[in-house]
Amino acid sequence: MNTVSARYLRRRVVNWVNLSMSVLGTLFGLFWLVWLLWTLVDRGVRWLGPDLFTQSTPPPLAPGGFANAIVGSILITALGVIVGTPIGILAATWLAEFSRRSRLAAVIRFVNDILLSAPSIVIGVFIYGVVVARFGHFSGWAGGLALAIIMLPVVLRTTEDMLKLVPDQMREAAAALGAPRWRVTVMVVYRAALGGIITGVLLGVARISGETAPLLFTALNNQFWSTDMNRPIANLPVMIFQFAMSPYDNWQHLAWAAALLITLAILALSLFARLVIRSRSFVK
Amino acid sequence: MTVLARSAAQRSRSRQALRSAAADVLFRNVTRVAALLVLALMIAILVVLVVQAWPAFHRFGWHFFSGREWDPAHATFSALTSIFGTLVTSAIAMVIAVPVSFGIALFITELAPTWLRRPVSTAVELLAAIPSIIYGMWGLFVFAPLFGEYVQPWIIEHIGSWPWVGVLFQGPPMGIGIFTAGLILAIMVIPFISSVMRDVFSLVPTVLKESAYGVGCTTWEVVWRVVLPYTRVGVMGGIMLGLGRALGETMAVTFVIGNSHTLGVSLFNAGNTISSTLANEFTEAVGPTYTSSLIALGLILFLITFVVLALAKLLLLRMAAREGSPT
Repeated sequence: MNTVSARYLRRRVVNWVNLSMSVLGTLFGLFWLVWLLWTLVDRGVRWLGPDLFTQSTPPPLAPGGFANAIVGSILITALGVIVGTPIGILAATWLAEFSRRSRLAAVIRFVNDILLSAPSIVIGVFIYGVVVARFGHFSGWAGGLALAIIMLPVVLRTTEDMLKLVPDQMREAAAALGAPRWRVTVMVVYRAALGGIITGVLLGVARISGETAPLLFTALNNQFWSTDMNRPIANLPVMIFQFAMSPYDNWQHLAWAAALLITLAILALSLFARLVIRSRSFVK
Repeated sequence: MTVLARSAAQRSRSRQALRSAAADVLFRNVTRVAALLVLALMIAILVVLVVQAWPAFHRFGWHFFSGREWDPAHATFSALTSIFGTLVTSAIAMVIAVPVSFGIALFITELAPTWLRRPVSTAVELLAAIPSIIYGMWGLFVFAPLFGEYVQPWIIEHIGSWPWVGVLFQGPPMGIGIFTAGLILAIMVIPFISSVMRDVFSLVPTVLKESAYGVGCTTWEVVWRVVLPYTRVGVMGGIMLGLGRALGETMAVTFVIGNSHTLGVSLFNAGNTISSTLANEFTEAVGPTYTSSLIALGLILFLITFVVLALAKLLLLRMAAREGSPT
């Protein structure tokens, strides 16, 4: 009798200890999130000001902003989205609509999932070898292409998942009315999955707008105002990297301000994307 | 008779059908080309890296993998310190991230009240949305000074003298170094591992869990003896996915690892990883041998992550296949 209750007690204690560890683990994860965000607010807010958005990056120890980096970031991110999104959606369409079970589709899915998590710096090296080395100089085009390669698998994956969620009855109903396959896809399936597809694009934008590594040796950076995609172009992530590592106070301040802005923008985008997927998608 | 008797309306209808059939073929082929592009991209990445890394492999041979020198002044390069740094930082990250992620997944699926589940999992996933460079800045300017001043001296004093393990925790408390890089990597991969774990945990049939509770198991016993064995393959897949991320992570590591091409036993030493070396040196590399050696490092990193991620994918596919089967 005594041993039974001792064993029972031991099981209860083990249970209690391990579940407490689980709660502690969760708090451990959230602790870093809070600390990171607090650091950004604490070090970033005081340097915010209208100058950031109107002036270009200054030389050391002079006032200035990072308007050129914001514009450059928007340009190369836009290029990444414009190139990556259509290819991703079309490829996902083939996988989800035309060859769900083929071996080739399985291979492509496999490769896409690997590209999805592949080190982004290797993508930078690849674009360096294909574009930068060929043309002999760093350029906004190269940076945008590198981002497109990172964007593509994100869009493909989400879009395919979303297209698969569209019930087959909808496709059959449209086909029964005599609609050709492409009209079924474009006017029925895409429309039904629109919320999910938009989410995929938003998540892709969130992912590429913070990427630094693939831009280091493709877009490089530019201290001056430039919208010429054929030359090195300023962008927020590489600017943050260079300024944060610099010994100059004013550059470091700009880096913290930019870090705060870019993180808030990306977090807002991610949260918004989640809301879209929750409200627009027809699956719970 | 048949052909001639066709009315104009019939002819236009058949032309229309022909047109939409052509449009169908076109649409299908456009999407197929887009899908094949993904495959072509992967092959192109491999080919470009191999071709451009070849001069380095050709010049240094197997020594590229075994030597310790990284000497731009004499154009002598080898990958051992970078590979070592990459593997060790990722290993530290896994040691920390796997139990924590398990705890988080357990909390979300079994412990938390329903209203708390979504906020907690969203918050953890936000860790993955924060750009890597932010982790780097925070690590270098906020975490490392505190760690070097308050935590490291204590560890060096108390654990540094232990037999066997002690050598891992010796040296000057710099704050930055291999251990700090590993810890930050751990924070960065926790969201990936915990979300996979959470997803596979929720695949466990309720009947199984209820049976276990029914015979008197505690929550922990249900998780450890029923949920975990059932989801083992998927959990391994999630861990591999996190490992793949950790191996290739660049900016955060570049900030905090110290960037030195040396090989030491202590985890508090400065070191380098493949990705941090690329980030630091690529634009400044002078001469074809230097650049080629760096690209060779990139190729090695790509191959390592390829294997790890492929393994992750295979494990998760097996989990999915099992979930689809009637048992």
